[in-house]
Amino acid sequence: MANVLAYVEIRDAIFEKTSREVLTAAHQLAATLGGQAHAVVLGAIGVKTAATELASYGAEKIFIYEDESLALYQPDVNSAVVTALAESGQYEAVLFPATARGKDLAPRVGAKLGHTVATEVVAWTVEGGDIVVQRPMFAGKAMATLKFTTGPALMTLRPNVFEPEEKTGAGEIVSLETPEGPVRVTTTAVEIGDRNKLDVGEASIVVSGGRGMQGPENWHILEELVEALGDEAALGASRAVVDAGWRDHGEQVGQTGKTVSPNLYFAVGVSGAIQHLAGIRTAKVIVAINRDADAPIFGVSDFGIVGDLFEVVPVLTEAIRQVRGSG
Amino acid sequence: MNTIVCIKRVPDSATRVRVAEDGRSLDPAGVKFVINPYDEFALEEAIRRKEQAGEGSVVAIALGSADAAESLRQALAMGADEAVLLRCEGLHDALPVSRALADEIQGREFDLVLFGKQAIDDDNMQVPQMVAEFLGLPCATVVVDLSVSDGRVSARREVEGGQEVMEFSLPAVVSVQKGLNEPRYPSLKGIMAAKKKPLEEKEVVLSSSTLMLLSLDEPPAPAAGRIVGEGPDAVPELIRALREEVGAL
Ligand SMILES: Cc1cc2nc3c(=O)[nH]c(=O)nc-3n(C[C@H](O)[C@H](O)[C@H](O)COP(=O)(O)OP(=O)(O)OC[C@H]3O[C@@H](n4cnc5c(N)ncnc54)[C@H](O)[C@@H]3O)c2cc1C
Ligand SMILES: Nc1ncnc2c1ncn2[C@@H]1O[C@H](COP(=O)(O)O)[C@@H](O)[C@H]1O
Repeated sequence: MANVLAYVEIRDAIFEKTSREVLTAAHQLAATLGGQAHAVVLGAIGVKTAATELASYGAEKIFIYEDESLALYQPDVNSAVVTALAESGQYEAVLFPATARGKDLAPRVGAKLGHTVATEVVAWTVEGGDIVVQRPMFAGKAMATLKFTTGPALMTLRPNVFEPEEKTGAGEIVSLETPEGPVRVTTTAVEIGDRNKLDVGEASIVVSGGRGMQGPENWHILEELVEALGDEAALGASRAVVDAGWRDHGEQVGQTGKTVSPNLYFAVGVSGAIQHLAGIRTAKVIVAINRDADAPIFGVSDFGIVGDLFEVVPVLTEAIRQVRGSG
Repeated sequence: MNTIVCIKRVPDSATRVRVAEDGRSLDPAGVKFVINPYDEFALEEAIRRKEQAGEGSVVAIALGSADAAESLRQALAMGADEAVLLRCEGLHDALPVSRALADEIQGREFDLVLFGKQAIDDDNMQVPQMVAEFLGLPCATVVVDLSVSDGRVSARREVEGGQEVMEFSLPAVVSVQKGLNEPRYPSLKGIMAAKKKPLEEKEVVLSSSTLMLLSLDEPPAPAAGRIVGEGPDAVPELIRALREEVGAL
């Protein structure tokens, strides 16, 4: 009864970091409630072999639904499978990653169960047996505290907030039967630009460029900085830059772009408009490089350098290469 | 093509959020309210499709306080034909709102129901999927490209690092993302015409929720940043601070 179910996302046969985060949170919440963490994963044939890895993040049971059609995200099958488990009476909570897929799926399950979902949760506690969560609203300008009055509690977890932690679980694999329910939508293709490129919403280090970059031809200096920062780093952009057509909308950070929560955020030639700040409120450390000492970005950044980015960034990149190189 | 568009009246994105005395809601004093920006893409899409086809209707529905009528007037001025206000006071979360919207939509004739991908006040991203479940209709969310022919829909949705293509038949529910189109401003002619278009008001009572809002808090103001120095000479100090003070490198 006091178990917690984690919905695990597999893309291209690889478990995403967000899935390890969700599993870790499920394990901790289950431990607090005195139950077990279970995982559910849907994917193409072969997912079963990959899924054994989930035991090392504390999953006692791993429910698998394998079908060739599930190489892509099929919303109706996913919601039928997760709803059936959620309704089984074993679970006090069902946790999803707050990714494109998790945020599409959780409300579908919510409607079937008759429960509202808590979106982009950043913290949870258990108070007198009730699950209480915190989530940003108004683009992070306010934090809401919410209590679930009926179980199972459904929530999506904001990426990069819950640190993955290795734990051992039994990892018993349970294969699921074909779910009941109509299939109304078919996902026929997924087109990912550069598979090796980390999405700005999931990266743990983000380097964003603004209008101060003066043109798309200058972006190589930020690309070099990202490369120096390693595999966990990704590029971001302000809306001014996206509207000018210098970068794709997929990289936009802010109220009408992505919300990011990296450990380290670099704002380079970004003024720090309120709508940009809305996307970076849960970033842990913010560094600003701007030639205008009065730019609002300095008001929210932990560390700032006032100066011409074209002079500062190459020196910074070189310094980071040295630091990283020497371990 | 008959389209229903659900629009929400929300505080403008530049609003400085102050929590009201009840400790659970936004203090509306001095706040400018607008149509949720994503809902404008939905409205634009519906109006364009009608204009291109030369037939069909666009109905805008909003659930909210009496003030939401202002947003509906604006939708009529952009080109919607008809508007419905489901009037209720107070704070409501996704499930009861979705149920009330679905109940209203159920009784109507439509091919497509359009939503914004997310309301910028509660940032929930739930209502479209829930309404679709209640109506038993296909649903695609965060759509940046929508093509419809012979009752079949192909929708491209934004996912991490790319796009996903979903296919389904009408009638259907779609939530839209920036990039789909460029919303128009209402013309003077549109504003005049809107005054004569029907805007129906209905009182609704919402079911209770399973998620209770205990409090809304303004996050602590970020500690004022520290300027570590000027120009490239400040880089070593930045590196030191990142490594030693916050362990970030
Ligand atoms: C409804 C709505 C939604 C929005 N959503 C978003 C959003 O999601 N994301 C977003 O980013 N914005 C958003 N905006 C836009 C936002 O208001 C700002 O216009 C935008 O963020 C500004 O981008 P910027 O900082 O790159 O450009 P600017 O404000 O022009 O700033 C450029 C900065 O670069 C600095 N600079 C110039 N040259 C140099 C140099 N050589 N070296 C160092 N510094 C230099 C300047 O001092 C300046 O501070 C939204 C606006 C609205 C109305
Ligand atoms: N009160 C409401 N009235 C009309 N439409 C709404 C309302 N709340 C949400 N919506 C619609 O649902 C979308 C997603 O909202 P949300 O799930 O609250 O983020 C919005 O962009 C609107 O299109």
